[in-house]
Amino acid sequence: MAENRIEPGGNIIDIKHVSKWFGDKQVLDDVSLYIRKGEFVTILGPSGCGKTTLLRILSGFETASEGEILLEGADITQTPPHQRPMNTVFQRYALFPHLNVYDNIAFGLKLKKIKTNIIENKVRRALKMVGMTDYEHRDVNSLSGGQQQRVAIARAIVNQPQVLLLDEPLAALDLKMRKDMQMELKEMHKTLGITFIYVTHDQEEALTLSDTIVVMSEGVIQQIGTPTDIYNEPENCFVADFIGESNILNGIMIEDRLVKFMDTEFKCVDEGFSNNAPVDVVIRPEDIYIMAHTENAMLHGRVSSCIFKGVHYEMTVQLPNGYELMVQDYNAFEPESEVSLIIKPSDIHVMKKERTCNTFEATIVDDTHIDMLGATFECMPHGLEKDTEVKVEVDFGKIELTDDKEDGMLEGDVRLILYKGNHYHLTIVTDEDDYLYVDTNDVWDDGDMVGINILPEDIRIIKN
Amino acid sequence: MNKLIKFISRRSTWAIPYVIFLLLLVVLPLILIGVYAFMDYSGNFTVANFVKFIEQPEAIKTFVYSVAIAIITTFLCILLGYPAAYILSNKEYNRSKTMVLLFILPMWVNILIRTLATVSLFDITGIPLGEGALLFGLTYDFLPFMIYPIYNTMMKIDKNLIEAAQDLGANQLRVFLKVILPLSMPGVVSGIMMVFLPTISTFAISELLTMNDIRLFGSIIQENIMLSDTMNYGAALSLIMLLIIGITSFFSGDEESEVSHGGII
Repeated sequence: MAENRIEPGGNIIDIKHVSKWFGDKQVLDDVSLYIRKGEFVTILGPSGCGKTTLLRILSGFETASEGEILLEGADITQTPPHQRPMNTVFQRYALFPHLNVYDNIAFGLKLKKIKTNIIENKVRRALKMVGMTDYEHRDVNSLSGGQQQRVAIARAIVNQPQVLLLDEPLAALDLKMRKDMQMELKEMHKTLGITFIYVTHDQEEALTLSDTIVVMSEGVIQQIGTPTDIYNEPENCFVADFIGESNILNGIMIEDRLVKFMDTEFKCVDEGFSNNAPVDVVIRPEDIYIMAHTENAMLHGRVSSCIFKGVHYEMTVQLPNGYELMVQDYNAFEPESEVSLIIKPSDIHVMKKERTCNTFEATIVDDTHIDMLGATFECMPHGLEKDTEVKVEVDFGKIELTDDKEDGMLEGDVRLILYKGNHYHLTIVTDEDDYLYVDTNDVWDDGDMVGINILPEDIRIIKN
Repeated sequence: MNKLIKFISRRSTWAIPYVIFLLLLVVLPLILIGVYAFMDYSGNFTVANFVKFIEQPEAIKTFVYSVAIAIITTFLCILLGYPAAYILSNKEYNRSKTMVLLFILPMWVNILIRTLATVSLFDITGIPLGEGALLFGLTYDFLPFMIYPIYNTMMKIDKNLIEAAQDLGANQLRVFLKVILPLSMPGVVSGIMMVFLPTISTFAISELLTMNDIRLFGSIIQENIMLSDTMNYGAALSLIMLLIIGITSFFSGDEESEVSHGGII
């Protein structure tokens, strides 16, 4: 999945096929990425996606289990953190409580045995840069969160590192302060010309700050691109759902520039798919035109909810065929009002489906049983020899989830929920770290523990 | 009835048992020591007891010797206890709580029993008792009281600070000197208080470990208090020791509060 940009010269950092295991658990899976000199790169993803681990591998606090890290072409995979020309701004500031503001900032410079008067100058300049002049002799414990974060930034940039690593530096600040600091960080990046590598789970922050965004999920890079690319051309459902609001729907590409979803054929601009290929369709809610009922529109429906969001209204429109669409518009349409919708071909974004059903590796136990996913399942008689290795397919809709995890053959937890207009598409991770994809009409929450059952007649065995 | 419930439910009421305990067993004896120290055998006011202390080189010598033994013991405890606490608090070397328990376990056994065991140990191995045995015994008795507070402070040090120091270019030695050492000082100060103060006034341990050969200040006080005609002199000696301990703990206490203010977020 980790699709790489074409590698030009002048990269400051090359991450090559890096994987990381903590015990049996794989947190990074063959991550490759290069970072250009002076770039502002954001690694974006939900918690547990491996973004912080990747940053810690860059700073040297963790070592990659596989792969290598190059800094300006030199291998630094095994270099200890204190010898890397990078500095980190920590999420919880990590200021030294026994030192005042000045000594905190001078910490790195003093270690390099720089002359005192030069240190003084540099510290002053760093303090000025973060807008904290005259705070030199203050006790760091007496500072507010925002001020502490500024000192932490000053402490890192004063060393003039080649790369500045920022680990969710604004996560602990309140909204207003966060917005201010975002602008200041962007300004700082421009002035200093240092490469910034920024880790966050906040998609808005990523869109605001970055030159390049790296979207990660489950230890894998999902997409690399500019903020506009990521927003307008998401590569898969995960990216589309994670960045901004979206309507994600199952569809079929009938032919080039003609796609069918919600039982309706739409003109679109995508081509190059095979005819009748199953696809995912993404439509941003702000790209759907909503108006009072008129005969010559594409879709007709009834508004089921309307919420004022500050600048626009967010409405849910119920279509007669059971589908639901989220629509954003400056005009409000009251609930229960009949409306019509128009979607422009260029606003329909078609993505290749990553999979159309679940596929598992399995081993035959006897004529009516197979081993897969760490359990033994009953299946229909198949006449294959014991111990034969086979592939098993199970449709998304044929996996049954139970509230009580004891009731299932397997246990797992819900990781990712996509609403597909008329049903939910869930990603379930079992205790054995296998991934299952389930279509359901029931409402589940992220992190729910569920029991998993598959009926014998829904297990399709395919000989290898 | 209502008044009674109100009285019982007030939080300050709950302190009454302890306040009575405090008055009877701490405040009253202190007052008595003060009063007796300024009295002669027949009950008249006098400062002769203090004059006697200053004039008697023997008493002063014992006092200085006791302080020296206490300082050496404390020093030995830091020397042995600090690295032990450092290793125990470091997840890389110590993954289980079992090791911590093993280090702290001696605290569960009465100090006199441990001392008696030490005496038998010296007897069995045939090493003569004396000054060496005294230092060994005191260090062995009080070592857990040094390790535990240092270990506790070290466990509370934010691991991010160590990473921050490494990130800013500090190698392991520098991380230790510039971050761990200063931040563990509150623990060291508590450890000193818990080792130094009781060792100054110890007497039973020194008697057992030196076959009554070396007499520490505590022994002298005890001997004088036991005899009714020198009881007042004993009270004066107690008061002198109390004052000196008070002054030292006042200073170190001051320092501790200052350091720990910075040490704990």
